[in-house]
Amino acid sequence: MINALLRLQNITQRFFSRVDLPLLLALLFIMMVSLLVQFSAGGSSLQPVLAQAARFVLGIVVLVLLANTSPANLRVWAPWVYGVTLALMPLVFIFGSGRSANLWLNLGVFYIQPGEFLKLSVPMMMAWYLNKQRLPPSWSTLLVSAIIVGVPFILIAKQPDFGTGVLVVAAGAFSLFLAGLQWRRILVFVALGAAAIPIAYQFLMQYQKDRINVFLNPESAPQGAGWNIIQSKIAIGSGGFWGKGWGKSTQASLDFLPEHSTDFAFSVFSEEWGWFGVALIFLVYFFIIARSLWMAMNSKDTFSRLLAGSMALTFFIYILVNGGMVAGFLPVVGVPMPLISYGGTSAVSLLAGFGLIMSAYSHRKYLSDN
Amino acid sequence: MATLIKNQYYEAELFRQRSFVALAVAFILLALLSLGYFKLQVIMFDDYQQMANSNRVKLKPTMPARGVIYDRNGVLLADNVSAYRMELIPEQVKNIDQTLLQLGEIIALSKDDLNRFRRAKDNSRKFLPIAVKLRLSEDEVARFAVNRFRFPGVEVTPYLTRRYIYGDLFAHVIGYVARLDEQDLKALGDERYSVLSHTGKTGIERAYEEQLRGTIGYEEVETNARGRSLGVLKRHVSLAGTDLRLSIDLDLQKATVEAFGEFTGSAVAVDPKTGEILAMVSLPSFDTNFFINGISTNDYVALSTDPSQPLFNRNVRGGTPPGSTIKPFVALAGLESGLRKPEDKVFSSGEFFLPGQRRGYRDAHKGGHGWVDLYSSIAESVNTYYYKLALDLGIKRFDYYMRRYGFGRPTGIDLVGEASGILPSPEWKQKNLKQPWFTGETVIAGIGQGYWVVTPLQLVQATASLANGGHRIPLRIVKQTHTGIEQPWISLVQPKSTSFGATKAQLDAVKKGMIDTMHSRRGTGYAIGLNSPYLIAGKTGTVQKISRKGNISLDPKKLPLHLRHQALFIGYAPADDPKIAVIVVVEHGGYGSSSAGPIARKMMDAYLLPKPVLDAELAIKQEQDKALQP
Repeated sequence: MINALLRLQNITQRFFSRVDLPLLLALLFIMMVSLLVQFSAGGSSLQPVLAQAARFVLGIVVLVLLANTSPANLRVWAPWVYGVTLALMPLVFIFGSGRSANLWLNLGVFYIQPGEFLKLSVPMMMAWYLNKQRLPPSWSTLLVSAIIVGVPFILIAKQPDFGTGVLVVAAGAFSLFLAGLQWRRILVFVALGAAAIPIAYQFLMQYQKDRINVFLNPESAPQGAGWNIIQSKIAIGSGGFWGKGWGKSTQASLDFLPEHSTDFAFSVFSEEWGWFGVALIFLVYFFIIARSLWMAMNSKDTFSRLLAGSMALTFFIYILVNGGMVAGFLPVVGVPMPLISYGGTSAVSLLAGFGLIMSAYSHRKYLSDN
Repeated sequence: MATLIKNQYYEAELFRQRSFVALAVAFILLALLSLGYFKLQVIMFDDYQQMANSNRVKLKPTMPARGVIYDRNGVLLADNVSAYRMELIPEQVKNIDQTLLQLGEIIALSKDDLNRFRRAKDNSRKFLPIAVKLRLSEDEVARFAVNRFRFPGVEVTPYLTRRYIYGDLFAHVIGYVARLDEQDLKALGDERYSVLSHTGKTGIERAYEEQLRGTIGYEEVETNARGRSLGVLKRHVSLAGTDLRLSIDLDLQKATVEAFGEFTGSAVAVDPKTGEILAMVSLPSFDTNFFINGISTNDYVALSTDPSQPLFNRNVRGGTPPGSTIKPFVALAGLESGLRKPEDKVFSSGEFFLPGQRRGYRDAHKGGHGWVDLYSSIAESVNTYYYKLALDLGIKRFDYYMRRYGFGRPTGIDLVGEASGILPSPEWKQKNLKQPWFTGETVIAGIGQGYWVVTPLQLVQATASLANGGHRIPLRIVKQTHTGIEQPWISLVQPKSTSFGATKAQLDAVKKGMIDTMHSRRGTGYAIGLNSPYLIAGKTGTVQKISRKGNISLDPKKLPLHLRHQALFIGYAPADDPKIAVIVVVEHGGYGSSSAGPIARKMMDAYLLPKPVLDAELAIKQEQDKALQP
C-alpha cells in the first residue's frame, strides 16, 4: 500500500518535473482571474465558474500530458495531426451548429470547435515542415508554407470565423519570422499586404465590413453594431484607476455590455479592477510570453523552437487583438482574451499549446539533435 | 532528406535574434495598449463614469393629478377619474400588425385608434409604451386580463382621465383636454412631458394649462439594458395641479341654456362690479367628453361641418355688428364730448338725408318719432338722433370714444385667442379695403351698422362699465385657485380697471334712457321689462345679416330662418344697484326685443330672484349623484 502510494508519488513527480513551474504559476494566476471575472460576469452564479474551472482542470491535464510527450514524437505526429484536424473542417459545414457561424461539431457529449485544433496543428505542421528545410526559407519553402497555412485559413474563414483565421495565419507567419525569413522579404510582404487591403475588403462578408465601419465610427450605429463597442468602452472607462471592485460591474450586471463572459470578459475585468488590474494582467501576460520565448530559445532542435516560439507569439496576438478590440482600438474580431474569456475548447487548446512549449523545453537535454 | 545539411547553430542564433525582436515588439505594443487603457480609465474616467451612470439611471416621470374645476359655489365641474388604457411596447412585440389584429378580436379597435397608434409609433422610441386605446370598458379590461398571456409586450395600465360632469354645458368656457400629440410635445420642449396623457386644448383648460398641469415629478430608477427597472434610487414627488374656482354660476349657466331653447347664439353675464363672468354660453354646443380620449373621425367631421358651428366659440372669437345696442355708448360719447345735453331735441322725420345726397337713412318707424331727446332716443331706438350725432362727432371723435369704451380691442379675458372685433375707421378701411372713407359710413356707424364688428365680450364689458360708474373692468372667469385640497382658496389678483372719465350725471342720463327702454310704454323693451320686481336698464338691437345696403326696415320675421337678423340685447339689473350685466345674441332671432330680450330677462330672474333654497341644493346634489354614476 505504502509502496503503491510512493510509486504514485514518484510517477506524479516525474510527470510534473516536465512542467515549467514559473510558467504554470503565471497561467494559474490568469486562470484564477478568469474565475473571478466569470463569477461577476455570470451574475454571481457559481455554475459558469465551475464549468470554466472544469475546463481548466482538463486543460492542465492535457498540458501535463503534452509536456511529457517527447518533441520527437510530436514531430512525427505533426503531419497526421494536421491532416486529421484539416479533415474535420469540412464536417462543420455539413453537421455544424452555432449561433451566427457554424463553428461547432456536436459530439453527443460535448461540442468541439475544429477551428481551435488548427491553432495547434498549423504551427506543428509549419515547424515540422520548416525543420526539414534550409533556413532562412527559400521562395519555394515560402510557397509550400503559404499552402500549409492558406488551406486551413480559407476553410476557417468560410465558416465564417475570421478571428481564428487571423490566429492561424499569425501562427504561420511567426513560424516563418522565427525561422529567419529575410527582412527584405518581410518588407515586401508587408507592403503587398498593405496594398491588398482595399482589394481584400471587397471579399469581406457584409458583417465584417459593418464591423470595420463601426470600428471607424461607432457612434454611427449607437443602437446597432456600435452598441457593443460603446458599452465596452463605457465599462472600461468607468472602471477608473482602481476599478469598481469585484462583482460591482454595472455594465455587465445590468446587461448593457453584451457577450460579457466571452469576447468582452476583459471589459468586465477592466471595469472591476481598473487600470491597476489591467496593467498587472498585461505584466503577467508579458511574463508568460517572455518565459515561453526563453524556453523556446533554449530548446535544442528547430522543430521545438519554432513550435514553441510561434505558440508564444500567437498567444500575444490574442491579447493584442482582444485587448485592442474591447477598448475600441481595433475592429471587432472574434478573438477571446486568452484564458480569461469563457470557452472550453479555447482554454484547452491554449493550455495544450503551453504543454507543447513545456515539452520543447523540458526535453532539451535528451534531444540535442534531430 | 538526408542530403539536407542544416546549420543548427546558425538556425538557433537566428531564432534567438528574432525572438528578441519579437519580444521587444510585443513589449512595445503591450505598453501602448496599456497606455490606451490609461487614457480610457484615468484620463477620460469622468466622462465614462458619467456615461455608465446615465446608462444605468433613468429618469422616470410621474404624472401629477390635473387640477379640478369648480363653479363659484364650489360645485364640481371637471375632475379626474381613473380609467384603463392599453399600451404596447414595440420592442417587446414580435409582430406588431398581427398583435393588433388579434387585439382587435378582444377589444374594439377603431380605424382611428390604429392610425393614432401608428403615428405615435413612428415618433416614439422602441422601448417606450405607446397607447393602443384609451378608456377601456370594464368588459374589455376583463377580456384582456383573461387573454393576457397571449400578448407579451401589451399591458393594461391605470391612468387618470378628465371628466366633464356637465358635458356640453361648459364646452366654450372650460373647453377640453385631449391627448398630447407630437406637436404639443415639441412645443413643451421636454421629453419628460410625454408622461402627460392630456393637455388643455381650448377654453380654461388651455388658458390655465400650466397651473392645472401641476409639476411633473420623477424617479431615478436603476434600469438594465432592456429597460426593466430594478429599483428606485431617488424620488422627486410630483405636485398636483392647481384647482380652479370659476366665477361661473352653474344655475345661471343652466338657466341661460334653457332660456335659449332651440335658438342658437351666445350670451354672457358678468358681475359689473368685479368683472367676474357669471355665465357664458355659446350655442349650439357639444359634449367635451368626446374629445378627451380621442374623438372619432366621423364625430369630428360631423361637428366641424355642422353649419350651425357648434365648435365655434361665439363669445370669444365671434363677432357681430352691435346694431342699436351701440346707441347708449354713442349717446354717452355725445354727452362726454359736450355736443349734446340730455334734453337736446332732434327731429325724426322717418328718414335722414345727408346734404346733397339722394339716399335716405331710415328710422325704424316709417313716419318718424317726431322730436326726441336723449332718453327717448335710447328708449325708442331713434336712428335719426344717432345719424346726426355721429355726423356731428365725426368719425375721428366717434372712434376716440368708442375705443375708450373698449370696442376694437380685446377685453383681456383669461381665455386664449380672443378676437378684437372691428372699430370702423378711415384707417381701418384704407388698410383692409384700400378705399377712402365716405361720410355716409360715419352716419351708419352711429347706429352700429356698417363695418362694425364687436364681440359679445366687448359688448358685455362696455355694458358693465355703464352699470359700474364708467369703469372698464377686465373680465375674469377664474375667481380663485388653490393647490392641494387642504390649502385655502386664494383669490386671483384682479387686473386694474380704468375709468372712462364720464361723469355720474352723464352715466345717469344714459341709464335713464336704458331704464325707459325697458319700463316706459314706448320703450322697445317694454314687453321684456313687464312685471319685473327690479328695475332693468337695457337696450335692444337688431342686425340685418343679408345686406348692409338694402332696406333696413325689411321685416326680419318674413325672411327664411338662416337669413334672419341677429337679435341683440344688452342690459343690467337692478338698475340702481347693478348685480348682473348681460349680453344676449340670438342668431336668426328676428327683432332683439322679441327673442334676445326675453332670454336676458330669464337670466336676470334666475340670478336675482331668490330661489327656493332647499330645492336648489337638492337639485345640485341629485345632479352630481347622477353625473357620478357611470
